Amino acid sequence: MLWSEFERLGRFVDPWREFERTSRDWARMGTPSAHDFPLINVWTSADKTVVTTEVAGMNPADIDISVADEVLTIKGKRESYEPKNDESYHRRERWGGQFSKNIVLPFRIENSKVQARYQKGVLTVILPRAEADKPKKIAIAGE
Amino acid sequence: MANETQDTKKKEAATVQREERTRERRVYVPSVDIIEGKEETTVIADIPGVDESSVDITVEKNILEIYGKVDPEIPQDMRLAISEYGIGDYHRRFTLSDEIDMDRIQATLKNGVLKLILPRAEKAQTRKIEVKAGE
Repeated sequence: MLWSEFERLGRFVDPWREFERTSRDWARMGTPSAHDFPLINVWTSADKTVVTTEVAGMNPADIDISVADEVLTIKGKRESYEPKNDESYHRRERWGGQFSKNIVLPFRIENSKVQARYQKGVLTVILPRAEADKPKKIAIAGE
Repeated sequence: MANETQDTKKKEAATVQREERTRERRVYVPSVDIIEGKEETTVIADIPGVDESSVDITVEKNILEIYGKVDPEIPQDMRLAISEYGIGDYHRRFTLSDEIDMDRIQATLKNGVLKLILPRAEKAQTRKIEVKAGE
């Protein structure tokens, strides 16, 4: 691309800005106001992305994480407390049931190297950037 | 999708407290379920990020207080690109309607969920006094 092209576009295309925009689009497809459950935080560096989410009280076997190209999908379910015969709910604020959330990542992921851990009710997914997707430095051969 | 009627956002605790905190940090109100039974009250609270060593539970008279301390894990050399939730401690106080048997309170914490079983104190037994016929 020539410099004149950049001027025509007005700005460099910032992948993170694009990412945030598409994430908002995803969110908008669901509920209009709040973000979809579960809420996430996304950390990033040049070679990986870390997604964290607070989903307390789950059985790790009930958490399903999948990555397809640039989309991370987290699914899960949590059963509510079943009151015994002589018991009744006085207050019920905790979430229960199933959830599914798609997160669009800014780059392709090395699917085989994705790591996830679940500690103290916090799920952390570490997604390394695909080798083929990393920016390459091109050496200029001298004469 | 999880219960759609519920807020997905974490609620920050009111700033007005009896005492000021020495550490400057956010404090959230954990979501709780309270289940009332004949012999006991069960309190279940979601406090992700807290483990058994960083939670304080106190019962004084009929006030139950839960405080969970969270040490945020910040990945090194990374920047926060999207922040949908905040990280902070948890604090909540309840006034219990019944007398609680303090010695038999059970507390368990697993995967960020605190479960408290608060058995009711046995009411002072009604003693039947037999009246003997006078001689």
